[in-house]
Amino acid sequence: MTISNQSHRLWMYENMVKSRAFEDAIKPAYFEGKTPRFNMANGPIPGEMHLSDGQEPCAVGVCAHLHEGDTVTATHRPHHAAIAKGVDLDRMAAEIFGREAGLSGGRGGHMHLFDASVNFACSGIIAQGMGPALGAAMAAKLRGSDNVAVAYIGEGAANQGAFHEVMNLASVWRAPLIVVIEDNGYGVSVSKASCTAVARNADRAAAYAMPGIHVAGNDPDAIYEAAGEAIARARRGEGPSLIEIETSRLEGHFMGDQEGYRPEGEKDRLKAIDPIPRYRERLLADGFDTAELDACEKRAQQAVDAAFVFARGSALPDQASAFTSVFTERSAA
Amino acid sequence: MNTATAIRKQTIAKAMSEALASEMERDANVIVLGEDIGKLGGVFGNTGGLLEKFGANRVFDTPISETGFIGAAVGMAGAGMRPVVELMFVDFFGVCMDAIYNLAAKQAYFSGGQVSCPMVLMTSVGGGYGDAGQHSQCLYATFGHLPGMKVVIPSNAHDAKGLMLAAIRDENPVVFMFHKALQGMGWLGTVAGSITDVPEGDYEVPIGKAGVVREGTDITLVGLGVTVHHCLAAADALSREDGVEAEVIDIRTIAPLDRETILASVRKTGRVVVVDDDYLSCGLAGEVITSIAEAGIPLASPPQRISHPDIPIPFSPALEHAVLPNAEMTLAAARQSIGERA
Ligand SMILES: Cc1ncc(C[n+]2csc(CCOP(=O)(O)OP(=O)(O)O)c2C)c(N)n1
Ligand SMILES: [Mg+2]
Repeated sequence: MTISNQSHRLWMYENMVKSRAFEDAIKPAYFEGKTPRFNMANGPIPGEMHLSDGQEPCAVGVCAHLHEGDTVTATHRPHHAAIAKGVDLDRMAAEIFGREAGLSGGRGGHMHLFDASVNFACSGIIAQGMGPALGAAMAAKLRGSDNVAVAYIGEGAANQGAFHEVMNLASVWRAPLIVVIEDNGYGVSVSKASCTAVARNADRAAAYAMPGIHVAGNDPDAIYEAAGEAIARARRGEGPSLIEIETSRLEGHFMGDQEGYRPEGEKDRLKAIDPIPRYRERLLADGFDTAELDACEKRAQQAVDAAFVFARGSALPDQASAFTSVFTERSAA
Repeated sequence: MNTATAIRKQTIAKAMSEALASEMERDANVIVLGEDIGKLGGVFGNTGGLLEKFGANRVFDTPISETGFIGAAVGMAGAGMRPVVELMFVDFFGVCMDAIYNLAAKQAYFSGGQVSCPMVLMTSVGGGYGDAGQHSQCLYATFGHLPGMKVVIPSNAHDAKGLMLAAIRDENPVVFMFHKALQGMGWLGTVAGSITDVPEGDYEVPIGKAGVVREGTDITLVGLGVTVHHCLAAADALSREDGVEAEVIDIRTIAPLDRETILASVRKTGRVVVVDDDYLSCGLAGEVITSIAEAGIPLASPPQRISHPDIPIPFSPALEHAVLPNAEMTLAAARQSIGERA
């Protein structure tokens, strides 16, 4: 049975599962050519790889409220947000494999996923996605649409200057911007507690006269509720909000990270409260059918499998393409 | 075994951390700060063991607040300390450039010499391993262009230690670049030639001096960081296959550039290929060639430069490897230079 008015919960579940299935498919592909000796340069997916395992609730709880016309800027850890925003999964996978059919023909890779058709972008410089998100929000406002923009950042990024500048500006401009802090407790090896003046980044919103909402528990339903209010407020023209979400990073900062900086047993504790199985249990307890959830899982897995087949089947880009798209041609008037 | 002469093969990462440790022992004013330099020992291994050895008052992890902590380092340096700051990728300097080129680099000048700025800014450069356009840049020319700071880059572990000791002792801001392809981290491939004997004792490699790393008479190949190794590989091939003896110059210091060493070599050989992996236009290779032209040195064939083309560094290996300067491109340019007449 699907409980009426709760289809968004199934959507959230399916997209969390899809995101995790995507990361689970990345893992063996990333290690191809990198064993027995790990060298980041080798294999079909070279370079750094930042997985989003554990942070899926942040993506789905917010993006469940968004339309195509709303903008999302994400970080160096973008896969879950991209999937929840509806980025083309096939072309996203192909981009991560550096293929011709990738979102940008292999020019950008995993930290630079752009899908203009759903207004999604991401960047690898900490906190620097916030300015463009504010700009997209202002473009919507100035042109009289009710679209909003969401800037995802990590808790580490809240110590970067761009965060504070954009927070102030968004408030002054009453921009339809929602800043979402995914607090996974770490910036690479440095713990939040050791380098942040406040216990809760949501408290910083007060300094910019905007609502600051703290969401505990890495809980999709709670995030959905908090984001719903903030986004509705932004659509009504009442200005920006900050949402801080307590989440967990279930993998290393990047793949290959030895994680010697984590306290003993921390990762096992976090894996024991993996949000995805917990959400499945809750949905079952709330009366959703096993068959329904199984069907979500199956669809998600099929989409991911198809995306990886598509990516691997796509050709490597022609060398000459390295020189195109550096500039954009003026379009005919 | 005679320990005094024992060969100690080391990576650049190890040589840098050894230099830091020995200078921290010698001078209590030397402190190290930056992101992930404490418990982790630096993403690129430059600060391994320092926290354990010197404690949290001299080695501290910072928040991701570059404008703040690099600006603070300028203040510490002005107050008589010798901060060594790491920001792991040169690509990240955009967020804090003011503290570098308007504060650190101008402190001595604006104060008419009253306040110096003895600080070291360590940062990694270079691509070739698929980390895409915000994690693979070199920006040699960007930093070399700005007066008031020195910029160095070692091509091997021996020079890394000596340059680091010289950098910390310098009274001026020194940007200490290290190339990821040479660093000797387990998770990145390392060009074998960068792992060299590193003498145990105290020695400096002087800032502002280029090195002749291979002598030759027929053509001058000029490189820095990883491209020194491209030049050496090309020189080997030229010697083996063409009977041509190339002289190879390691720039080592981008600013101030040691033009004399380069000019002396080109005067002798009459041919030159300059190889850097930064963007081509307004770049370091162009600067070297301009210096040769200005000196009026007659050349037997047109000077050549090999640099990264004027495009962002692409992610896909199919694209990146096609555009990133390498030994084959260096060899081809050298052969063309030998075959041509000016
Ligand atoms: C301006 C800048 N400084 C430093 C880095 C290096 N860096 C990449 S990810 C990261 C940690 C980010 O932590 P957080 O914002 O909490 O995001 P998380 O990795 O936890 O998702 C750092 C320091 C960077 N990319 N950009
Ligand atoms: Mg974090």
